[in-house]
Amino acid sequence: MNEATPPKEERSAALSGLGTSRKRVEDARFTQGKGNYVDDIKMAGMLFGDFVRSPYAHARVKSINTEKALALPGVHAVLTAADLEPLGLHWMPTLAGDKQMVLADGKVLFQAQEVAFVVADDRYAAADGVAAVEVEYEELPVLVDPFKAEADDAPVLREDIADQKEGAHGPRRHPNHIFTWESGDRAATEAVLAEADVVAEEMIYYHRTHPCPLEPCGCVASMDKVNGKLTVWGTFQAPHAVRTVASLISGIAEHNIRIVSPDIGGGFGNKVGVYPGYVCSIVASIVTGVPVKWIEDRSDNLMATAFARDYWMKGRISATKDGKITGLHCHTTADHGAFDACADPTKFPAGFMNICTGSYDIPTAYLAVDGIYTNKAPGGVAYRCSFRVTEAAYFIERMIEILAIKLGMDAAELRVKNFIKKEQFPYQSALGWEYDSGDYHTGWDKALKAVGYEALRKEQAERVEAFKRGETRTLLGIGLSHFTEIVGAGPVKNCDILGLGMFDSCEIRIHPTGSAIARLGTISQGQGHATTFAQILASEIGIPAEDITLEEGDTDTAPYGLGTYGSRSTPVAGAAAAMAGRKIRAKAQMIAAYLLEVHDNDIEWDVDRFVVKGSPERFKTMKEIAFASYNQAIPGVEPGLEAVSYYDPPNMTYPFGSYICVMEIDVDTGTTEIRQVYALDDCGTRINPMIIEGQVHGGLTEALAISMGQEIAYDEQGNVTTGTLMDFFVPTAVETPNYQTDYTVTPSPHHPIGAKGVGESPNVGGVPAFSNAVHDAFRAFGLTQSHMPHDHWRIWKTAESLGLHD
Amino acid sequence: MVPGAFNYHRPDTVDGVIGLLGEWGDDARVIAGGHSLIPVMKQRLSDISHLIDLGGVGSLKGIGVDGGTVTIGAMTTQHELISSDALAAAAPIIREASLQIADPQVRYVGTIGGNVANGDPANDMPGLMQTLDATYHLAGPNGARTVAARDFYEAAYFTAREDDEILTAVSFAATGGGYAYEKQKRKIGDYATAAAGVLLSMDGGSCTAASVALTNLSDTPVYCEAAVDILVGSSVDDATISAAVKAAVDVSDPVADTRGPVDFKKYVAGVIVKKAIQSAKARA
Ligand SMILES: Cc1cc2nc3c(=O)[nH]c(=O)nc-3n(C[C@H](O)[C@H](O)[C@H](O)COP(=O)(O)OP(=O)(O)OC[C@H]3O[C@@H](n4cnc5c(N)ncnc54)[C@H](O)[C@@H]3O)c2cc1C
Repeated sequence: MNEATPPKEERSAALSGLGTSRKRVEDARFTQGKGNYVDDIKMAGMLFGDFVRSPYAHARVKSINTEKALALPGVHAVLTAADLEPLGLHWMPTLAGDKQMVLADGKVLFQAQEVAFVVADDRYAAADGVAAVEVEYEELPVLVDPFKAEADDAPVLREDIADQKEGAHGPRRHPNHIFTWESGDRAATEAVLAEADVVAEEMIYYHRTHPCPLEPCGCVASMDKVNGKLTVWGTFQAPHAVRTVASLISGIAEHNIRIVSPDIGGGFGNKVGVYPGYVCSIVASIVTGVPVKWIEDRSDNLMATAFARDYWMKGRISATKDGKITGLHCHTTADHGAFDACADPTKFPAGFMNICTGSYDIPTAYLAVDGIYTNKAPGGVAYRCSFRVTEAAYFIERMIEILAIKLGMDAAELRVKNFIKKEQFPYQSALGWEYDSGDYHTGWDKALKAVGYEALRKEQAERVEAFKRGETRTLLGIGLSHFTEIVGAGPVKNCDILGLGMFDSCEIRIHPTGSAIARLGTISQGQGHATTFAQILASEIGIPAEDITLEEGDTDTAPYGLGTYGSRSTPVAGAAAAMAGRKIRAKAQMIAAYLLEVHDNDIEWDVDRFVVKGSPERFKTMKEIAFASYNQAIPGVEPGLEAVSYYDPPNMTYPFGSYICVMEIDVDTGTTEIRQVYALDDCGTRINPMIIEGQVHGGLTEALAISMGQEIAYDEQGNVTTGTLMDFFVPTAVETPNYQTDYTVTPSPHHPIGAKGVGESPNVGGVPAFSNAVHDAFRAFGLTQSHMPHDHWRIWKTAESLGLHD
Repeated sequence: MVPGAFNYHRPDTVDGVIGLLGEWGDDARVIAGGHSLIPVMKQRLSDISHLIDLGGVGSLKGIGVDGGTVTIGAMTTQHELISSDALAAAAPIIREASLQIADPQVRYVGTIGGNVANGDPANDMPGLMQTLDATYHLAGPNGARTVAARDFYEAAYFTAREDDEILTAVSFAATGGGYAYEKQKRKIGDYATAAAGVLLSMDGGSCTAASVALTNLSDTPVYCEAAVDILVGSSVDDATISAAVKAAVDVSDPVADTRGPVDFKKYVAGVIVKKAIQSAKARA
């Protein structure tokens, strides 16, 4: 190395590449209120649209009278299904192969369903118009309980497909039945269960909740009649998919549609699907010839756009007397609401629910999921998780606890006994997945040591005795959770959405002076892509992360990709970035060899430059190579330095972790106090530890919300009783406990940089940790299962039912 | 959700307010902090076409402690109640209760007048005013009058205030002895699942005076006279506390909502009243 070349470590540090806690480049604008969200978009002549929504959960729409609304000053148009029908847009396809009413077509099927769309000068005039539209309803019997959906006297909800015996996912046995999806070997599982020493059986309910992003859904649609181009700025987690779907259903050629996702204030799955608001805004812009904005308010968002979970999971788990698990059976009743609008890969109508064998070596298993229609809002999205993985993780982590009770065993010990062993990876699960890599025992031991598990159990036993003696009214719960996720959808061979393969992409251009712009098919909603993807590229191509601009979300400029959800950005687009970077490097190597007048094979990569092997003083930095690529005629090499990569992942990635929560529970008031939350994550290679920690804090807080109070609840008439933030629990700093994070690193063997994805792990692993803590506190008093959310009154009811009140 | 169109008035005297109320009648409503009123307007639950802002009426603001009587102007914010050291000395229960209302943002704007005049049984101040045996000062076209807080609430959102009157101030005697305001809620920014205010004076091991009232456990705040009768004259031992708690819970009449079913709320009411009595006794 010549004197002028700084040491490797110094040059490496200057890149802020992989493993650096680089500060988020997004934060400067967000913390100064300089973000650019959909509602910040203001255009000349722009109108505002708002919905007339159904007050009823199930009713026939007898008539809609728009006269008074149209007579109001500032109201320009009122769209109803009758107006959309000639365009074929009164219904739209859902991502799950079903169809959904854009505006009420003869009947309404859930409270807050979109009935008419009022277009007016501004949101005030639109709201006046909404209030003036007269709708005559005839109430119909309401179905809220999915277990009553197939009763003889059950009302038929979807009259449009009542006679259809075949749905998008196979046979339908009842007009309110959507699909049955099976995975695994039913007969073998039944046989194992029949012969087992011990079988534990329980109904595990993961209640209906909602992603509730801080920014609700919205869009601005602008049809330019001069050039025939439609531009839609919106809260889209998958802008390219939206463009293709918009083209297919509207008939507008795809090159004439531009979809832009500006800054997005959180998505969590809520912004994956297509909503009536988007369709109506587009139609309204076409009709009026000016841009039309639609922005939901909070209650609209909670009541009408995609919910999450609502899985009734009936489980049976079998084991030998000494605790070796032999079989798992799960039958799930999935409440999908009025339309099946899940955003799952096409071949997976229950998402990846068949990851429900979790972290355990379970030789035989079977899963069946029945999708059911009810008079509730559609959705079923992956709220900060890969498709239905939270449900699966909660199910298995509850079943393990319940089995431990049945066996009279310590639940930590039962887990250790059944974990898939390090040497078993890649591991083929009974329900068909190939887990790429893992080392569960190491992290688990680390977690138990960190919290002082044995001492905690001792303290808990002492507390139970003190409680029995009447010396205290609080109990101690130790919530254990070991989760395995399946993220990074996914391999095109089995993962698509509406026929679009779930690959992703990155395009990179190096500028003459050695800085760069990279564009990806994903879209950040707070994950910090502009920070972390630049770090991947920095390490791959040897230019500092701060010299790389990241762009996402504009379909006119970004390469095609399936967007951001299901922790797929790093596993798929992150891999595409690394691969595009390697293409750049490959071309750079040819250029460097030419400049150094040696053969390609005689130079090697060294952090930020190519060096002649054995002659470290002879090198070309990436910056020099970039300039040369623009100003020198190099034989056999095209000018410029650009690359694009479309990455089709060979497998999913399988992040995992060990979470433990210690909780105090007051049996008289049902209130809880969280004493400790320890979260150990293994997400493979760690790109930016600070961002990982931030993601874990955020995900744990949502997990806390879900397990301890957050729900979308309906009364018997199908009214939403939790439609505002007064009743829908979103924790503030006061309710949020301190978090202790930790990690192990087990890289993914098939991902170019070994990264697995982390954004959703804390939600997947957190919910069972919190819920198990509540259950565990009452274990000594005979509790096996109580349903989430564990809010004050439900905990109180548990204590009451166990006879703990006088 | 946005409100319908309305006219905005900002008079600077009480007479000006009364005049406008007379002029616009049912179409008019006074607005203080707006934290209860504006949500209702956004949901278009009431048709208000004239909003009369009390913010310009200087005489409605301020805290006075004079010869053992505390007077608080209707437009005094909850934040101002918390920050007043004179008030904390004269009636510390006000600070303790105010700190449990909503969150700092709401408290910077929400007023004592709006809180007690609204008639929302979920609000904390009406229960607190029962505890303090406060007097409400009203002004209307026929002049000023007073109503005892304990006589003010008729049913949820129905009070003894006439539509053309406004509340100008509340007053009460400075407190001595022990005090406590206990509240269970689901989260910051939530109304009470159950809350109770207690004042307790002890002399030579015997209770000389007491007051117990409940928040959000009926369609009005509840003053628990029977509980008070049990406490006064007793040593406030465990058995007496249990009896007083039972008497208080007996006069509660909560309704089921997202905070929980009735049996839960009554049980928690008992726990809260007990805590409040114990805490007040410890401070007496
Ligand atoms: C998120 C949130 C949480 C909250 N949590 C709590 C809580 O935990 N506990 C609690 O007690 N409160 C709570 N509140 C209510 C808050 O304290 C309100 O500010 C208060 O109830 C009303 O005061 P205001 O000044 O905002 O009144 P406004 O909203 O302006 O008025 C309320 C009503 O009273 C009438 N009014 C107002 N002033 C007068 C007057 N001087 N004379 C006659 N009529 C009058 C108005 O016409 C209106 O009908 C909460 C509010 C919010 C938004």
